[in-house]
Amino acid sequence: MPDELLPPRFAAWFSAQGWQPRTHQTALIDKHQAGRDTLLIAPTGAGKTLAGFLPTLVALADRPKRNDIRPMGIHTLYISPLKALAVDIARNLEKPIKDMALPIRVETRTGDTPASRRDRQRRQPPDILLTTPEQVALMVSSKDAESYFDSLERVIFDELHAVAPSKRGDLLALDFARLRKLSPRLLATGLSATVRDPAELCRWLVPQLPGSQTGADLVLAEKSIAAPPHIRILETGERLPWSGHTARHAADEIYAEIARHKLTLVFVNTRMQAELVFQQLWAVNEGGRRIALHHGSLSVAQRRKVEDAMAEGKLDAVVCTSTLDLGIDWGNVDLVINVGAPKGSSRLLQRIGRANHRLDEPSKALLVPSNRFEVLECRAAVDAAMAGEQDAVITRSGALDVLAQHVLGMACTAPFRADDLYDEVSSAAPYADLDRETFDAVLGFVATGGYALKAYERFAKIRRDTNGYWRAANGRVVQHYRMNVGTIVEASQLKVRFGRPRGQAFVGGRVLGEIEEYFAESMLPGDTFLFSGEILKYEGIHEDSVLVSRAAPKTDPKIPSYAGGKFPLSTHLAARVRTMLSTPASWGSLPAQVSDWLRLQQIKSTLPKAGEFLVETFPRGERHHLIAYPFEGRLAHQTLGMLLTRRMERAGLKPQGFVANDYALSIWGLGDVSARVSRNPRWLDELFAEDMLGDDLEEWLAESQLMKRTFRTCAVIAGLIERNFPGQQKKSRQVTMSTDLVYDVLRAHEPGHILLRAARADAATGLLDIARLGHMLTRIRGHIVHKPLARVSPLAVPLLLEIGREAVHGEAADDILAEAAGAMLAEASV
Amino acid sequence: MVSLQLNGEMVMLDHHGSLWWPAQRMLVVADMHLEKGSFFAAQGQMLPPYDSAATLAKLGALVTRLRPACLVALGDSFHDMRAGERLDPALRATLQAMASPLRMVWIAGNHDPHLPADLPGERSDVLAAGALTLRHEPQPGAQPGEVAGHLHPVAKVSNTKGRVRARAFISDGARLILPAFGAYAGGLSCRDNAISSLFPASAMTAYVCGRTRVFAVGEAQICL
Repeated sequence: MPDELLPPRFAAWFSAQGWQPRTHQTALIDKHQAGRDTLLIAPTGAGKTLAGFLPTLVALADRPKRNDIRPMGIHTLYISPLKALAVDIARNLEKPIKDMALPIRVETRTGDTPASRRDRQRRQPPDILLTTPEQVALMVSSKDAESYFDSLERVIFDELHAVAPSKRGDLLALDFARLRKLSPRLLATGLSATVRDPAELCRWLVPQLPGSQTGADLVLAEKSIAAPPHIRILETGERLPWSGHTARHAADEIYAEIARHKLTLVFVNTRMQAELVFQQLWAVNEGGRRIALHHGSLSVAQRRKVEDAMAEGKLDAVVCTSTLDLGIDWGNVDLVINVGAPKGSSRLLQRIGRANHRLDEPSKALLVPSNRFEVLECRAAVDAAMAGEQDAVITRSGALDVLAQHVLGMACTAPFRADDLYDEVSSAAPYADLDRETFDAVLGFVATGGYALKAYERFAKIRRDTNGYWRAANGRVVQHYRMNVGTIVEASQLKVRFGRPRGQAFVGGRVLGEIEEYFAESMLPGDTFLFSGEILKYEGIHEDSVLVSRAAPKTDPKIPSYAGGKFPLSTHLAARVRTMLSTPASWGSLPAQVSDWLRLQQIKSTLPKAGEFLVETFPRGERHHLIAYPFEGRLAHQTLGMLLTRRMERAGLKPQGFVANDYALSIWGLGDVSARVSRNPRWLDELFAEDMLGDDLEEWLAESQLMKRTFRTCAVIAGLIERNFPGQQKKSRQVTMSTDLVYDVLRAHEPGHILLRAARADAATGLLDIARLGHMLTRIRGHIVHKPLARVSPLAVPLLLEIGREAVHGEAADDILAEAAGAMLAEASV
Repeated sequence: MVSLQLNGEMVMLDHHGSLWWPAQRMLVVADMHLEKGSFFAAQGQMLPPYDSAATLAKLGALVTRLRPACLVALGDSFHDMRAGERLDPALRATLQAMASPLRMVWIAGNHDPHLPADLPGERSDVLAAGALTLRHEPQPGAQPGEVAGHLHPVAKVSNTKGRVRARAFISDGARLILPAFGAYAGGLSCRDNAISSLFPASAMTAYVCGRTRVFAVGEAQICL
């Protein structure tokens, strides 16, 4: 019985709670005592966090009393992606520590911790410090990092599955490498939800050095304890929409579910969807249910209010975005509703886990597809969830912009030699394959920008002394670094504020929250939009604020260009949807409206068999359409559409625009594609040939707004552009540096620059999803099935309905302007 | 180029952001902000050191093509008071060669009230020519014939084909605001109160700089 690992004091405490220590909990004590790094995989509610801390509590229980003259340092560092989680865990740890009278002090340090308390924590470190990745970066780059961490024994990474595959994870991995150097005894424990390939996370937890442990030991919580979730797909009594994402048809049915439960979380994918669903539910709220709204654009105070009300049981339902995906128990949620498609099975499982945080009772979830394609996706997600299947965590190469930030931080804590830092950095799993040349380029970037034209030597931020040690050039560099730590780059935001412009001044009122600038940019004066549960009318713009007034009652708000789910359909679910389409025998589990639709498609056109790739072409009105069904997610489809449009332009087919969703894309134009294919049966193979990822891609990247957004993120993280600087005052937006302009100049003068490399690497997996597109093009080679049709096919209808509702992505600036110029052009132009 | 009747004078607007006045053979550019890159570098933000070269190359191409008798830099030609010292000697020579054979007028801006001493050309706060008055900062109230810079206007356009944010000339036919010409000069939405309040309601047209030409876009089509 592994319980002998548990000291009597702890065993007694467990019995007093009426608990049996679980095998995985005692296993962690065992692993720690054996000096092993460990990954614990356990579902929500399996006592994962307590398991993580047990080895520390046991180790410290019998430690001699603290010597007040020279306080001992931190023993255990706990790092969570959410600061609220760190605070919550601190509360939960209090109980066992108090009950067993353990001589252990626990403190938290987050962005909200006042400087005075951080100072005290530096002078008198707690035994356990609970913190976030950004705070770790600040601590390891401080002047006294070495003494601060010299007695560190354990580091615990919570929600590792969520952190590791991100830039935040890259930064954390680098800081972790430094912690191992500061404290060679350090043992790591990762806590994770179920993942597809635990080996990836096991590697993340150990140094990637020749001859060292290749991966952390894996501990799995017993599977049997978690009751399988009850997941249903709403079988609507209404007519299922062909397209759209608002699920307006199901408002009454969602409301009825809310009325039947104590507390319902209604998850949606985007902030705008949250606003719309919230509005729809209130429109049918005849029972006066207490329904609240929670998303990332609302002011922090407003979000706290909702969270507190939830915890106190004062709410019946909350409409929320991924802001409530992770972390804390917000009261007694007994139903999770997911409106729209879940996009990935892991995300769905995570959200379902929000209901009933108790293992003995099954979680209850309801999926509400908002259109016909989403029914297929929901079905695929439920099947995957019931099979316990997860989306893959993508193994990533560490981002170079993150490395640049870290290198500067390391120069701020102590002088380093390039050789030593290279060895240290490449011991971090994401950077294991980093070559020395690239590392040196990053070092050069940090020092002087790393340009071929050596213009900035005298402004160098870090300098190498005659002994080969690099150090920060001056105190200002350190100060700037500390103000700009972190990898989370928000899109440019505008405040939403009541007010009206009046002459050069304006009369301003209350701030409601913030909206992304690119969303604001699609609005015309007098437009109305939903925000914070209200219908607002755009009045004007003043410096960093959008001025709004309350719209007249019953105004129909303009629905802004809606970009589908924020997350693209996962590769894994996409494969399941394709399989479903090619297997009519599986359609029995679909609602009749959907299976009838698929049967009609079989009659009017065809459905691709396993491994086939369907392309339909047909005339409609004056135009010719080409529709392809890759099922690779909206981002990859947009990139594909952009590249195909270029090729069709060159082929003389006069494409005029395209529209893409998560499942398919449509390109239309004046040229007859069917005729072209009948003349040259190989033409479609040429059109979809993989070499489009060569020159065509390069040309398009020069103009692409998505690429510029990607570059902006890299420039900010790498420190080329600073978000914050000392003495910063409220600036008019005119003087903030535009990274688009920097991108244009850099691309023209030094296309091989390290920051452009970083941006391209991001684009491959990020907003442009080039990597996925590449895999698709390989997969379909030789498997394209062409169906020339006389008219639109049933499967194509949803996509064609999105034309006009969604912005058509042409991105050819002059086409957009020409349309806006319209009639004025003729008279003004010479 | 797009032609515009401005307070009775015919001027041409170019998609690079310059104004060409055929009757006077005058070329006008505003807000070049030379050496903005090195200004930021001195503060620790190592922007690519190619902005002055890019800006002057663009200007040089216009001068070669149009062969103006008079070249007017409408203020904020240099990003800061030390920018002239930081300008690469080769670029300084380019600038001198460009300005020497013609009448060069440097209008003072708020960034460069005093210009580098060795630059050829006249210095002035304001230049009157024909029915137009050229100055850096637009003055409040109705100013018929005023040509100014300073505000770096951009227009944002969004329609079914997509969305664009681009530099733009703003005019109501009486006065004109030039876009910034400099490679690193940022922009301010022409919807911003600072710009829109200079024009009577619903009277402004944005002459938006596309990639190959200028597009006249009515106020109703311009987004936030």
